[in-house]
Amino acid sequence: MITALLLFWPALAALLVLLIKGEGAKKVAFIATLVEFAIALFATVNFVPDATTQFAIDMPWVERAGIGFSIGMDGISLLMVLLTTFLVPLIVLSSFKHDYKNPHVFYALVLFMQTGLIGVFVAMDAFLFYFFWEVALIPIYFIAAIWGGARRIPVTFKFFVYTIFGSLFMLAAFVYLYFQTAGTELAAHSSNVSAFYQLTMDSATQSWIFWFLFLAFAIKMPVFPFHTWQPDTYTESPTQATMLLAGIMLKMGIYGVIRWLLPVVPLGVSQWADTVLVLSIIGIIYGSIIAIRQHDLKRLIAYSSIAHVGLIAAGIFTLNEQGLQGGMIQMLSHGINVVGLFFIIDIIFRRTNTREIANLGGITQTTPALSIVFLILLMGSVALPLTNGFIGEFLLLSGVFQYNYYFGAVAGMTIILGAVYMLRMFQGVMFGTKSEATEGFADLTFHEKAVLIPLVIMVFWIGLFPNTFLSISEPAVGQLLSIINR
Amino acid sequence: MISIILLSGFGIINLFVGFLKSKRILLPLSLLFLAIVFGINLLDWNDTQSYFNNMITIDNYAVAFTGIMVLSTLLVLPFTQHYITRNDENIGELYALILFSLVGAIMMVSYNNMLMLFIGIEILSIAMYVLAGSDKRSLRSAEAALKYFLMGSFFTGVMLFGIVMVYGATGTFNIAEIAGSAETIGNGGVNNVMFMLGVLVIIIGISFKISAAPFHFWTPDVYEGSPTVWTAYMSTVVKTAGVAAFYKLMDAAFAASYPGWMPTMVAIIVLSLLIGNVGAVVQQSMKRMLAYSSISHAGYLLMTLLAFNEFSTSAVLFYSFAYSLASIAAFGVLQLVAKQRGSENYEAFNGLGKTNPLLAFAVTVAMLSLAGIPLTAGFFGKFFVFSALIEQPNMMWLIVVAVILAAVGIYYYFRVVIAMYLHPVTEGHTAIKSTSFINVMLIIITALTILLGIAPALLSGVL
Repeated sequence: MITALLLFWPALAALLVLLIKGEGAKKVAFIATLVEFAIALFATVNFVPDATTQFAIDMPWVERAGIGFSIGMDGISLLMVLLTTFLVPLIVLSSFKHDYKNPHVFYALVLFMQTGLIGVFVAMDAFLFYFFWEVALIPIYFIAAIWGGARRIPVTFKFFVYTIFGSLFMLAAFVYLYFQTAGTELAAHSSNVSAFYQLTMDSATQSWIFWFLFLAFAIKMPVFPFHTWQPDTYTESPTQATMLLAGIMLKMGIYGVIRWLLPVVPLGVSQWADTVLVLSIIGIIYGSIIAIRQHDLKRLIAYSSIAHVGLIAAGIFTLNEQGLQGGMIQMLSHGINVVGLFFIIDIIFRRTNTREIANLGGITQTTPALSIVFLILLMGSVALPLTNGFIGEFLLLSGVFQYNYYFGAVAGMTIILGAVYMLRMFQGVMFGTKSEATEGFADLTFHEKAVLIPLVIMVFWIGLFPNTFLSISEPAVGQLLSIINR
Repeated sequence: MISIILLSGFGIINLFVGFLKSKRILLPLSLLFLAIVFGINLLDWNDTQSYFNNMITIDNYAVAFTGIMVLSTLLVLPFTQHYITRNDENIGELYALILFSLVGAIMMVSYNNMLMLFIGIEILSIAMYVLAGSDKRSLRSAEAALKYFLMGSFFTGVMLFGIVMVYGATGTFNIAEIAGSAETIGNGGVNNVMFMLGVLVIIIGISFKISAAPFHFWTPDVYEGSPTVWTAYMSTVVKTAGVAAFYKLMDAAFAASYPGWMPTMVAIIVLSLLIGNVGAVVQQSMKRMLAYSSISHAGYLLMTLLAFNEFSTSAVLFYSFAYSLASIAAFGVLQLVAKQRGSENYEAFNGLGKTNPLLAFAVTVAMLSLAGIPLTAGFFGKFFVFSALIEQPNMMWLIVVAVILAAVGIYYYFRVVIAMYLHPVTEGHTAIKSTSFINVMLIIITALTILLGIAPALLSGVL
C-alpha cells in the first residue's frame, strides 16, 4: 500500500498543480513533495532490514500474458526512493526564485517525473520497469526543451532520441527473456523479476542479451563512449532539469544494471566485465581530463559527473560486496553533491549572469556562508575523509582493487584528478580579485540556505555514519550476489 | 451478419436523405447509423454463424475487427462537419459511400471464401476511389483519385489472377478447403508451382491495398491529394480491413505453405519499415510524413503474419486500433490546421501548444502513440507485435531492424511536437477555430489512447 502511495501521490499532485494557475503552483508542488518525503521516511521506519521485498503489491496487469503490476521495495530500492524523495523537494525549493513561464505546467511535469522515477525504483516486473523508464523520460524532455537555453531544441532532441534508441533494445531483450521464463498455471510466461532471476541460458545468448540491456543502461548513466548527449543536455537544460537529470535520473541506469542486468545474465556479465571496466575507467580519466579544461562551470560539473559515474559503474561490475555497496552509497553521495553544486552554480549565474570561470573571482570576500557550503560540497565530491564522497569512493576503489590490481591503480587517479578540477574551479570562482561580474555579490538568502543546509547535513551524515544507509541495502546486496554467483 | 444488411440499407437511406434541402441531418444520422451497427455487431459475440452457403463466417475475429472499424469510422466522421455547410454539392453520396465502403470492410474480415474476399475488397476500393476524388475543384484530389483508381484496379486484377491460380491448383475457393489441399503439397496432391505462384500474387495484391512497400508508390500522392478526412479513413479503416483480411488469409488458408512465402513476406516487411521510416524523415509536409509513416506501420502490422500464435491475433487487433486512433487524431487536427493556415507543412503547427492547448495535446499523444512510447496504446501495439514474433525461430534480427527503425520514427514524429511546443507562433497566426463537437471527439480519442496505454488488457484480452 505504502509503495502505491509513494508511486501515485506525485502523479495525483501533478494533476492538482496543473489546476493552479500562477505562483501558488510552486508552493503546492513543494508541499506535495514534502508529503512524499514523509511517506518515504515512514516506509524507512517500518522497513525490516532483511533481503525481502517489502510493502509489495502484486496485481495482474495483462493477466493472460503473465504481466503483473508488481511493485515493492527491498533495501536497494528503498535507498533510491529515499534519494529521490529527499532531492525532489529541494529541487522544487531551489526553483522558488526562478520565474518560469507557465509555472503550473513546469511543476506538474516535475511531479509527474517523480512518479516515473519512483516507478523505476520500485517496479518488480520487467515491463512495468520499462514502462516507468519511459514515463520518466517524457516529462524531463519537455522540461528541458521548453524552459532550456538557446540551443535547447536540437540538444534535448538528441538526448531524447539517443535514450529512446537505447531503451528500445532493452525492451527487445526483456521480451526475449520473458519468453524464456517458465509460467504459472494462469499464463505461459512471466515477466516478474523473480522469474527473470531463475533463468538459465547458455553464455552465447547471455552475451548478446547483456549488450542489449547494457546499451540502454550505459546511455542513461552515461558510460563512455555513450555519453555524448550528456554535457550539452546538462548545459542547455534549466538548472532544475539538470539537477533531476544528474541527481536522480542518472541513477536509473545504475539501478537498472544492479537490478536487471547483473543477476539476470551473470554469464554475460562475467564475459564482458573486463570490457565494461575498461570503458568505465576510460570514462573516469577522460571525464576528468576534459573537466580540467572546461571554462563553463556547468560543463565542468557535467564532465565530472561522467568521471564519477565511471567509477560507480566500474565498482558494480566487479561483482563483489565492496563494489556494489560502494556503488549504492556513492549513488546517494553523488546525487546530493551534484544537486548542491548545480544549485550553487545557479546561484552564481543568477547574480553575475555568467558561468565562465574567467569572468568570476573574489566571491569569498563577501560571502562566508556560500563559501563554506560550496567548499563542503566540493570536498564531498573530491572524496575527502569525513565527507560522503570518501565512503563511496573508498569502497568502490577497494572493490576494483580486489577485482584487478591494475584497474584499481588507474581508477584511483580519479581522486587526484577530481581534486585538480574541483579545486581549480573553486580557486577561479571564489578566490582572487573581484571581477566586474562579482562586484557586490550577495551572500546566501534564507531559501537558498534552506536548500543547501540539508544537503550539507547529508554530506556529513553519510561521511560519518555511513552504516545508517549501508545497513539498509546490505542484505539485499548480499542476496543479489548469491543469485549472481549461484 | 445483420450489420452488413443494415449498413447497406443505411447507405441507401443516406443517398435519399441527400436529396433533402437541408443536409445538416446527414452527419448526425450517419453517426446514429454507425452507433446502431456497432451495438448490433456486438450481439454476434461468441455466436459463430456461417451464412450464404458458408461464404461468410461471423466469428469473434470478425466481430472484433468490425467493432474497431465501425468505431474508427464513428470517430472519423465528425471531421466531415464542414461539409454540411457546402449545400451546393451532393454530399449525400459521400455519406452513403462511406457506409458502403464499410460493408466491404466487414466482408473483408468475415469472408470464408476467396470470392467474398475479392468482392469485399472491390466494394471497399471503389467507394474509396470516389472519396479520394470527392474534392472536385481540386486538381490534386482528381489526380489522387485517378492514380488510386488506375493502380488500384490493376492490382485488384493481379489479386484476382492469384485467386484463380490457387483455384486452379486446389479446385476450391473456400479457405478451409484450400488449407486442407495445401497440406498435400509435395505428396502429389496439389500443383505446387501454380499454388505458390498464386499465393505470391495474392500477397502482392493485398500488399498494395495496405500500402506495403514495394507496392506503396501510390500512397504519398494519394494520401496527400485526397481530402484529409478521407485520407484519415483510408489510413485507418482501409488498412485495418486489409491487414485483418491478410492475416486471416495467411493464417486460415496458407499457413501450411509458410516456408514458401515467408521470404517474400520478410522482404515486404523490411522494405516497408525501411522505405516508410526513411521516407518520412525527409518530408516537409506533415501529410506526406503521415503517408510514409503509414507505410512503415503496414510493415509493423505485417510482422504478425510471420507468427501465428496466441499473441499474434490480439497483436493485429490491438495495433490496428492503436494506430487508427492516433491517425484519426493526427489527420483530424491536420485538417483543421491546414484549412485555416493554408499549409500542411510542419511550420503550420508552430506554436499550436500556445494557441490551442487541446489540439496540441491530442496531436502530442497521437505522435507518442505512433512512435510507440509508453503510456500510450501504440507502445503496447508494438510490444504485442514484437512479442508475437519473438517466439519464431531466427526472427530476432527482424525485431532488431524494427527496433532501430522505430527509433528513427521518433525523429519525425517529434518534429511535430517540437513545432507545437517549442517554436514560437508565426506572425499573424491566430488560434485554430474548432467546434466543441470536434474537441469532444479529440478528448475521447486521446483518453482511449491513454487508457489502452495503461490498461491494455481491455482490448488485448478479447481475442
